[in-house]
Amino acid sequence: MGLLDAGIKNHNVLVTSVDNVLNWARLSSLWPMGFGLACCAIEMMATNASNYDLERFGIFPRSSPRQSDLMIVAGTVTMKMAERVIRLYEQMPEPRYVLSMGSCSNCGGPYWEHGYHVLKGVDRIIPVDVYVPGCPPRPESLIGGLMKVQELIRMEQIGISRADALKKLAEKSVDPQFVIESERNAASA
Amino acid sequence: MEEGQVISQSVQQSAAAYAIIKDKFGEAVSAFDANETMPFFEVLDLSAWPEIALFMRDNPKLQFNYMACLSGVDYQSEEKVGIVCNLESLGKLNHRIAVKVKCARTGGSIPSVAGVWHTANWHEREAYDMYGMLFSAHPDMRRILCPDDWEGYPLLKDYKVQESYHGIKVPY
Repeated sequence: MGLLDAGIKNHNVLVTSVDNVLNWARLSSLWPMGFGLACCAIEMMATNASNYDLERFGIFPRSSPRQSDLMIVAGTVTMKMAERVIRLYEQMPEPRYVLSMGSCSNCGGPYWEHGYHVLKGVDRIIPVDVYVPGCPPRPESLIGGLMKVQELIRMEQIGISRADALKKLAEKSVDPQFVIESERNAASA
Repeated sequence: MEEGQVISQSVQQSAAAYAIIKDKFGEAVSAFDANETMPFFEVLDLSAWPEIALFMRDNPKLQFNYMACLSGVDYQSEEKVGIVCNLESLGKLNHRIAVKVKCARTGGSIPSVAGVWHTANWHEREAYDMYGMLFSAHPDMRRILCPDDWEGYPLLKDYKVQESYHGIKVPY
């Protein structure tokens, strides 16, 4: 539940934990770095544009890695680009998040066997927090991935590591198969 | 079939153009291959290739003013690599022909025609990048797509990808 959904009465006084406020502030202005590598970038741009309107989540692309919280690796990472991706990642201030978008950056995609020039998964060079499958993923998938990043931020606390937050996220997440099946049953009924 | 006639007419035009080249260069060029898709001939004398190219571009009866494409080919069984140049006379005589040039598979070189058609500059660099043949007298002979320190030439039929590049694992 979001912080504002709690409904603030009592003379605008709100009691909450510092973690909660910090996480709320960070996940509500998640600024990705504006760079795309292949066709996934087209979907990412469509997601940023008015139809899907990422700005309602406080997400809008920045032109500099130094102002970004999130790197969306949108597309095929070539061996030549891999070193540039590392450099861009290193230029981002912490805490930073990486979302790997599409099959190419997840695992090499269609280039996995014969693509001599393609890095077989961006997780070989930088740590990835969220993977979005698809070739390319539709904007809905990307939004799903971004909300996963927000959920991850919500799991964070002062003094716990990223690995612990990811573990907490995995424990809290629901099995999508259950949701899919209940939706299907509801549709057929 | 009307369409078939149109195609064979264009091959006749190419054959006429070839006859002029054969007249001038004789043994330096091979016999004409009336391929319906793209009629072609091969340059047998490598050193004559730039001169043939210049002749094809400047002769008033040929006027091949446009290089549509220059591709590389690996003839592994012949121990050769080569190029195929698709040439057209655009807006002039409207005929077309392909020229094949081959050289040794390892350490071979082909004279550059970048000075004849500027298009050839980057195309020859790409052919070098993928097949490893050098183009002598090319103004800027380096790789164009792969990193400068990449090992091997990826489109050779016996190419094996390198294990790592700058410490990053390359194969899946």
